[in-house]
Amino acid sequence: MLLGAAGPPGAESCTGCHVKGGGVGLLLGRPAADTVREMESFRSGQRPATLMNRIVKGFTPNEVVDLAQWFAKQ
Amino acid sequence: MVRQAVRRRAVLAAGLAAPFVARAQGAAKVVVVGGGFAGATAARALAQAGHQVTMIEGDARYVSCPFSNPVLAGLRTLDEQQFGWEKVTAAGVTLTQARAAGVDTAARRVLLEGSAVPYDRLVLAPGVDMRLGTDPGALPGYDQAATVPMPHAWKAGLQTVLLQEQLRAMPDGGTVIMAVPANPYRCPPGPYERASLIAWYLKTNKPRSKLLVLDAKDVFSKQKLFQAAWAALYPGILEWVSLSDGGKVVSVDPAAMTVATDFGSHKGDVVNVIPPQRAGAIAQAAGVADRSGWCPVDPVTFESSRIAGIHVIGDAAIMGAMPKSAFAANAQAKVCAAAITALLAGRKPEEPRLINTCYSLVAPRYGISVAGVYRPKDGQLTDIEGAGGTSALDAGADVRAQEADYADVWYRTITGSVFG
Repeated sequence: MLLGAAGPPGAESCTGCHVKGGGVGLLLGRPAADTVREMESFRSGQRPATLMNRIVKGFTPNEVVDLAQWFAKQ
Repeated sequence: MVRQAVRRRAVLAAGLAAPFVARAQGAAKVVVVGGGFAGATAARALAQAGHQVTMIEGDARYVSCPFSNPVLAGLRTLDEQQFGWEKVTAAGVTLTQARAAGVDTAARRVLLEGSAVPYDRLVLAPGVDMRLGTDPGALPGYDQAATVPMPHAWKAGLQTVLLQEQLRAMPDGGTVIMAVPANPYRCPPGPYERASLIAWYLKTNKPRSKLLVLDAKDVFSKQKLFQAAWAALYPGILEWVSLSDGGKVVSVDPAAMTVATDFGSHKGDVVNVIPPQRAGAIAQAAGVADRSGWCPVDPVTFESSRIAGIHVIGDAAIMGAMPKSAFAANAQAKVCAAAITALLAGRKPEEPRLINTCYSLVAPRYGISVAGVYRPKDGQLTDIEGAGGTSALDAGADVRAQEADYADVWYRTITGSVFG
């Protein structure tokens, strides 16, 4: 399954794992505020992670917001 | 008419070339060569964007390299590695089952045996070819015939079966040798995952056997994680010999089943030679590969820096810091499709951000990972500092098991997205 309209930079990579019905954390259609909160808790280390703590650091908080808002609409 | 004129002025004002808007009416013709993780992803994304897409692929089925190492260890079957393109064609892609022999870059046509396919934009995703025989970069003694007694298994399929059968047939107490090449090659941590899983197979089934890994490098991907796991799980079975310790294989003799380093000769009961590689043959034929054998590209559009109108994605391309992996190929393909759509519409492609994630299994319930985030800088994709890196060295068994599960989920997700 591929997504429609082009998303913010990085979105094409997120969908390498996060697709509709995929087995990892829900991202598509998820409220943006929830995604942002979780991503920032990965960044701070407050929430333990295997991988997302390493990936989120490649994006600024504003970029995370853009991605979260776009994915909320998918 | 008026709208077109306005659009043309806007495009010219943006400093982009006119031919993109002057193109004949109707959908643009985009040809994709290769139906792997890069090519099939690009073909689907381009078809979804409304282009007229032809995918040229020589094989009848795709056999996935990711997760083919567990097949060697008897943990999976090769059937689980095979995929067709039915869903790709159902998504609107025309599949032409043929070998692309060359590219007429002036006339913009891909040459097949006896016919030609015209393109407005061409995407080459041919993956890698092994350097064999008379190739100047080949390992002396390692030619096509040698790949039977000494399989590379670096393209999944018959090669995987050969190596698996040889491992099964080897008596307990035998020696397995792996020859590992210098960078760059497909899947940087792949040889070490393979070494781990062969060691697991030996430990489980033939515990008096040895695995000797002869490496042309001193450093490799996820090295500390692999070496810690080897010390814990496979002491006395797996021996890794670095470049500095004389590990570089300089020639092989398939009749004697020996491999030579500068310091001596080693005889194996099973010998797996992972040879030096280069971009697939069509990249050389089209002229997009440079003297290294790989294809330099623009980091925003993946358009060849050598020939306009041809984009190269996946393992065949030089992607700066981004490694040759299926995850990377899939991400690059989607970015490339969006860039082509923008270029064909006379828009400026957006600067991309790319992620790579790569899992390795060191044992069935023991997974480790490396990740990276990349952006274009100085004409290359470069690492974003502070992001990415490997799994924690001190993680517990629960985290290793979780990463093994995620590896499995990733594989099912990516193959489902690309082929399902």
